[in-house]
Amino acid sequence: MSSKAQKAMAHMDRRDLSWYVDRAVQILMFVGGISAIVFIIGIFVFISKEGFSFTFGRFDIVEFFTSMNWRPTSESRETYGAFALIVGTASITGMAMLIAIPFSLGAAIYIGEFATGKTRESLKVLVELLAAIPSVVWGFIGLTIMNGLIIQLFNVPIGLNVLNAGVILGLMAAPIMTTIAEDALKAVPDRYREAAEAMGATKWQVIVKVVIPASKNGLVSAVLLGIGRAFGETMAVLMASGHSINIPGSVFDSVRALTATIAAELGETAVGSDHYGALFTLGIFLFLITFIINLTADVMVRGIRNK
Amino acid sequence: MKTHTKSYLLLLPIVALLISACGRPEEGSGRSVIQNKGSDTLVNVAQAWAEAYQTVNPNVAVAVTGGGSGTGIAALMNGTVDIANASREMKESEMKELTAAGHAPKEHVVGYDALAIFLHKDNPIQEISLQQLKAIYGDGGTIEKWSQLGVKVPGCKSDEIIRVSRQNNSGTYAYFREAVLDESDFKLGSRDMHGSKDVVDLVMNTACAIGYSGLAYATDEVHMPCVISTPDSACVAPTIDSALDGTYPIARPLFMYTAGEPTGATKDYLDWILSNDGQCIILGKGYAPATPPTCSTTAM
Repeated sequence: MSSKAQKAMAHMDRRDLSWYVDRAVQILMFVGGISAIVFIIGIFVFISKEGFSFTFGRFDIVEFFTSMNWRPTSESRETYGAFALIVGTASITGMAMLIAIPFSLGAAIYIGEFATGKTRESLKVLVELLAAIPSVVWGFIGLTIMNGLIIQLFNVPIGLNVLNAGVILGLMAAPIMTTIAEDALKAVPDRYREAAEAMGATKWQVIVKVVIPASKNGLVSAVLLGIGRAFGETMAVLMASGHSINIPGSVFDSVRALTATIAAELGETAVGSDHYGALFTLGIFLFLITFIINLTADVMVRGIRNK
Repeated sequence: MKTHTKSYLLLLPIVALLISACGRPEEGSGRSVIQNKGSDTLVNVAQAWAEAYQTVNPNVAVAVTGGGSGTGIAALMNGTVDIANASREMKESEMKELTAAGHAPKEHVVGYDALAIFLHKDNPIQEISLQQLKAIYGDGGTIEKWSQLGVKVPGCKSDEIIRVSRQNNSGTYAYFREAVLDESDFKLGSRDMHGSKDVVDLVMNTACAIGYSGLAYATDEVHMPCVISTPDSACVAPTIDSALDGTYPIARPLFMYTAGEPTGATKDYLDWILSNDGQCIILGKGYAPATPPTCSTTAM
């Protein structure tokens, strides 16, 4: 063993092709490793640079957070109230989680604890396949199939609403949540289960009293990642939510999301205008919110772990 | 692992080459390139023109990009395009800026687009006035229910008017605001679609809906009421003819702008667009031509 190691060391010292390849790959890996940080900082600097002219100029914080008048191209007076957009995003995300949490945790528990053999493998593949459907396809399903279905089922005038977008987003977020939650359940050592079963616990008791509490960290991060996914999703929301500036009174009201507003309006906005800056300010706001969600997840998971 | 890295690295220069090839149309090879950018309403027609012009004059390539009327005009100011397409008239501030730079903009009307009002095919309304449209769409307008217009729409039990509109920086939105709302604001809560076709699709599937879009996007699944401009005027149906003779109250001209009087290849191209052949192409795309052409059916 030691002679082998020595040989390897000697090999490292000789500057032949393998040595250079080794170094090159090392550098490549380092670049790959820090690239995430570089990109994040780069993106933040870019968004801030574009948005700050508005954020520190025309921006009116009271209007932004309390007014629902988003009229950036008005001929009489431009107003930039994002309240309805924030409520829209929050309501869709909430609806999506109502759908996704029971579905994904149920699926994870079934796949992880009950299913065996072929059933288990094919279910895992199918769940991952669900995650591979592009968001524009989901949006199209929302726009065409779900729209008509909701009108028929609930007898409402329009099917592009919080419910539609929430169901679509819930289904989109569920696969990733299922995969992470299942990994979390798998990470619970089998001896926990065996010990509980030896004490006479039923399968259900084992899951509820032992496995779920032991995998709480992972389950929480699964849910938070799902929220992040729902929060940042654009295309499907744009198509399924109705894209209407509105404070929803029920799940059958159309709303408009922050992300969808940026997507719909940025393309035709003159670079450097107030409207352009306002859209980037929405971007800064979205960035901060996702940052806070991720930070909370991190702190929570760490807190639980340290206990 | 190693082979994977290698093959990716090999891809890099190829991708770089492709990108640079796209960005730089060949220059100095005797071909001239006309850069054409702007309105999304016009982009389909502009592309059809550019394609057809290849056979007319193979030495001139026309590069067409969309992005919106404002984007095209901004590019004209920066001098990055030769022709800017616009579905709205140039603003005074934009005119001033271009004139100050020494290029008084030249406006060319290349066609007309009738803004049709779209209703679900079961909707019994046959005529609608601009006043009614303003009360439906405008901020402070009082019409919220179909019964206020004196109709009962089959399949629309809630009686609520579902307003379908466009995103707030589209030329169509701006024109509707100018022509119907007298530049006042839209009522909040309309469903703002991202494209003319989406408006028609949504109206098609929603009994309670009303929407507006270019006539070119009409389908058999929706119905278009005729429009009354003033209380004592006749109701005019949106057609290419009524847009052309000016009787349809909400038809807008479609523009191409050049910085200063066009010269050389750009002038030839614009002349060709306004010629019989060019006008047949815009007619074939469902817009009204600037001058009525005589077209063979194959050209359409």
